[in-house]
Parts: sequence; C-alpha cells; structure tokens
Amino acid sequence: MSVAAHGETVAAISNFIFPNDLHVHWSLMIVLYPYITGLVAGAFIVSSLYHVFHIKALKPVARFSLLFALAFLICATWPLLNHLGHPERALSMMLTPNPTSAMAGFGYIYSAYFIVLLLEIIFIFRPVVVGLREKATGFMRVLYGILAIGSDNVSEKALKIDHKIIAFLAAIGIPMACVLHGYVGFIFGGIKANPLWATPLMPLIFLLSACVSGIAGIILTYILLMKISGRAIDMDCVQTLIKFLWGFFILDFVFEMLELFSHFYMATHHWHTLETLYSGPLFNTFWVFQVGIFSVIPFFLLMFMSLIRFKDGLLLFFAPIVSIMILLQVLLMRWNVVVGGQLMSKSERGATTFHPMWLEKEGILPAIIIMIAPVVILWIIGKVLPFWVDDEGVEAV
Amino acid sequence: MIDIQKEIQKDRRAFIKNVLSGTIAGSLLMVIPAGAALDQRLPEQISGIRGDDSPFTEKKFAFVVDVTACIGCGSCCVADKNEYNVPDGNYRTWVERYIIDDHDEVFVDSPNGGLDGYTEERTDIPYPVRDTFFVPKLCNMCEKPSCVQVCPVGATYKTEDGFILVDKNRCVGCGYCIQACPYSVRFLNPISKTAEKCTWCYSRVRQGLLPACVNVCPVHARKFGDLNDKTSEVYKLLREPHVISVLKPGMGNQPALHYLGLRREVV
Repeated sequence: MSVAAHGETVAAISNFIFPNDLHVHWSLMIVLYPYITGLVAGAFIVSSLYHVFHIKALKPVARFSLLFALAFLICATWPLLNHLGHPERALSMMLTPNPTSAMAGFGYIYSAYFIVLLLEIIFIFRPVVVGLREKATGFMRVLYGILAIGSDNVSEKALKIDHKIIAFLAAIGIPMACVLHGYVGFIFGGIKANPLWATPLMPLIFLLSACVSGIAGIILTYILLMKISGRAIDMDCVQTLIKFLWGFFILDFVFEMLELFSHFYMATHHWHTLETLYSGPLFNTFWVFQVGIFSVIPFFLLMFMSLIRFKDGLLLFFAPIVSIMILLQVLLMRWNVVVGGQLMSKSERGATTFHPMWLEKEGILPAIIIMIAPVVILWIIGKVLPFWVDDEGVEAV
Repeated sequence: MIDIQKEIQKDRRAFIKNVLSGTIAGSLLMVIPAGAALDQRLPEQISGIRGDDSPFTEKKFAFVVDVTACIGCGSCCVADKNEYNVPDGNYRTWVERYIIDDHDEVFVDSPNGGLDGYTEERTDIPYPVRDTFFVPKLCNMCEKPSCVQVCPVGATYKTEDGFILVDKNRCVGCGYCIQACPYSVRFLNPISKTAEKCTWCYSRVRQGLLPACVNVCPVHARKFGDLNDKTSEVYKLLREPHVISVLKPGMGNQPALHYLGLRREVV
C-alpha cells in the first residue's frame, strides 16, 4: 500500500471498489466479438494479398480464406446478440442510430462488408459454380443457379469483366476490413473513463492482431484440411504465409508493448491505475501467458522459420503449433483488454475479480458453441463451394 | 348448534358484497384522480414550479452535496431504494466513508452502499485517525455526458432542462453507457435488463417536489434547486466563496453535481 504524500492526488490502493463496479458487465461474449471479427478481417487480408497485391504464392489459399472469412462473419454478431439485455431491439442500432455513438455504426459497417464479401465470393466462384450447375440436379441445381446470378457465360470476355469486378471488390474490401476491425478497437479506445482502453493506439493494435489471428487461422486450417483430405500441401504457400505472419506479428507485438511502455514512460495518473492492474489481477494472463509464453516463443519460432529454410516435415510440424500459439495470444489479448479493463474499479482504489462460469448465458459453454459454429458453417459452405478447385475446375492434388 | 350450511351462505353473501363494493370503489378511483390530488396536497418544495407557466426548459437545476455535513446515516440510500425499488446489489446512490490515519493512508468503504448506515467501527486502521468524513455519490448530470454520447440507440438522452434520463423502452441493454460513465453511477437492472441510474427524481422535481434523498436528509447535506432562482440556496452557495468542487474534472464531463468541502482524497 502506498501512502499518499501531501499534495499527491493519486489514490492509495486500499481495495475500495465502487458498489456498481463489483460486477464485470462485458464478459466472455464481448471477448469473443472482437476475436471473431478479427479472424474475419485477417482472413480477408490474406485473400487480398493474392487478389490485389498479386502475391502468387498465396493462390492456394486465396479462395479458401474468403470462405473462411464468410463463415466467421456470419457468426460475428452472435456473441453480441447473446450479450444484449434486449436482443429483439438490436436493429434499433441501425434504424434509429445515435450518430455520436461509436457502437451505432457497427451494423452499417458489418452489413456493407458482408455485401462486399458475398459479392466477391460470388464473382470469384462464378465459373466454378457454372460448371457445378451442369452436373447438379434438384435443389443443388437451383442453389447453383442462384449463386451463378443467372449467368452461365464463362467466355474469356465475361471472365475478364469478372476479374475487373473482383479486383475492385477486393480493393474496396481492404479498407473496409480495416475499418471493420479498427472500429472495433475504437469502441474500446474511445472510452475515456477506462484507463486501459483509452488510447488512440487501441484501433491499431486491434487491427494488427486481427491480421495476425486471421493469417494464423488460415495456416492452421489449410494444413489441417490438406492433411485430413490427403492432398498435397503447397510448401511455398505455407512458407509465404509464415513470413507474412511474422511480419504482422512484429508490428502487432511491438505496438502492444509500445502502448504499455508509453503509459509507463508518461506516468500520468493513468499509469498509477494500470500499474496495479498489470502487477496484480492481470499478472498471469498478461505477463506470463500473453507476453511470456504466447508472444515471445512464437516470435522466435516465426523468426527462425522465416529466416532458415526448414525441411518440409519440420515446417509442417511447427507451423500449426505456432499458429495455435498465435491464435491463443490474440484471444488472451482480447481477454486482457476487455475483461482486464473492467477489473479495475473507477474508484482507482481497487480491483474486482472475474471467473466465467460454464453454464450461464454468457458462460464458457455458450462461448465454445459460438466458436464451433463458424467451423460447422465453413464445412457446410465447403459442401457447396469447393475450397480447392480453380476456375478451370482443376482440383488441387 | 351452529348450522354450518347457514354460516357458509352468510360468508358467501359477505364475500360477494365485498367484491361488489370493492369493484365500485375501485372504479370510482379510476374516475376521481385520487393519486394526483394527493401530490397536489403536498407542499411545494422547489418554489416557482407549480403553477408557473414559463417553459420548464428555462430552469437550470443543480445538486450540491455538503461533505462537511453528511453523517453517513444512509437515509438517502433507503429513500432512494424505496422510491425506485432498486434491486439488491445495485445502487442509484450510495455513501462512501473515508478514514485517513496519521500516516496519510486512506481507507474507504461503502458496505451495502451505506444503505444500513455506518454503525460498525473499522478496527483495521493501523495508526490514529486524523480525519474522517462521508461522501454521498449519485448521478453527476454532466453537461457533456459520456453516457449520452455512446448510447447506440439514443435511449440515454438529455432533456431540455438538463436531466440525463434512460428510456427503458428503447434501451438495448448493451452496457456501453456503463463502461463510459466515469463515475460508475450506472448499472444494468437485472429485472428490466436495461440501463438504470439516478435521475435526480425527475418526476418529483417536475411537480415541485425535492428529490427523495434531499427530502429525507436529516442534516441537510444534500441540497437541490434552480440556479436561475436567485433566492435559491444552491444559487447562493455556488455564487458565494466556498470550497466547491466536482468529481473527476479532468474527464471533461462538466458535472452539475457539486461538492461543498470536497477533499483531494475523493475520486
């Protein structure tokens, strides 16, 4: 316990919590919400690296990552709806929005991005869908008819127009993906009452960790799906993804640390609140897990994997491990920001505790179900739109 | 011997009679506004509101809490809980107890929000106590309210007369306002699943009555009035030289809740 010297305005930590601060209001669901939207934004970036920036090595995963993004985007609102006291009024945020609210715009950004992503998928898969429609019967034929948007023209001229549209959609999709997730960061960053959140770096950190989690998610699912289906893994693609993962992770981790260091260096009254948070309730989840185990180890692993030419077998052993570690790092970061920020009472004198329960409405079980849902949706999407078939109908072997 | 059947018949008759008279009396109450008449009978506590035809928006209300007067009895918290049926564990208003010892160490507590008063002495203070005081907390009715800024659907709004209110029929229960309030005066009502907070008893004030907590305070530590009324106590207090401060001025919310004799230890 520190002793308040004369003239010092900083409150001594005596563990007094404002009576309304005992309860952590934004719990697991609000941890999942930025996590899922982050995966969406990151996966889209992977696809854009091929479609816009022409990173040819990423061709094998370019289409898959769009479908991956779609599956997670479908579920992005689920944790929010589960959290709301009145989910039946959720559309009010779009119908009667308050323009000064950082949260009010989510519906618009989400919907606009959803449309762009859907259109991009439709145009990219159109030639494949036309081919599939020929062979299909019954319901699937109708479904493919809808997905082909009534055109079976796959002439060279038509495809050229398609490619122009795809490039345009991918290009506007990049800033939209950035806005979608940067904005999620701003929802937290714009709350001046919470010293852990109130930083202009918050949108940037959210965005970079989104890219990181998306790339890691694609690496993991690509290798797993290829192994399960017995297809050959494109090593060049994995190697390139690992390099991008390393690059984005350098930026992400450095900015995460810079944010903390800035608070420490400026040492305003904010820091005096945060100091007790980082050395107390967040010590394990932040320092030990997020930074120590799940940032430092993947940081060096990624460095070695990018700089030294690993043997294929070794790379395929470490790539999924490092991806899982990165996915956990980002999940921990969301936890430490969302829950961590609420542990410190606005009394600046003490912290509360939070332990999620298994069966409650916003408990661990609903969280697991919501995280499994996009995987199931992705599997269903895979039944309709083949992940690994290119325009010419040639399947990756 | 009592004829049981006769007795039952008598009971039935009495029951039907009671129901009928009750229904008629109840219906009459619907026609004659007994409740409204009751309010009108209460003496006007904020002068110049009842019967004043000028727009209510010309009023500028202020709340002043006198830290030097509060005795921590908790009457205000009880009045508030009764008036608004506040669920246990949530607080529209509460009272904090500050104890400062000889070594400048500050001890703060607010068991059950001060609802039961402070009858227990703290035995964990290591050095002799040099200062002790109580600080009531409630909605700050900010000039620039963060809760209104962040509400995604406009359920939390500022009235033209400066009150910050919550429309529970619009609130989606997202809790963004709870995060944005620097004073932690908001909570999610577990029954209505909507955001709730102190309203400075808007419905009472509109009828010329003082907020319930102000009304019951035995030591007049809570003061309320119209700043445009130059005879009001709050006008005089804020105009005259007193040690007056607001909570967390650095937040830029510009509260209309003022504290008389606020100490630097209070957050």
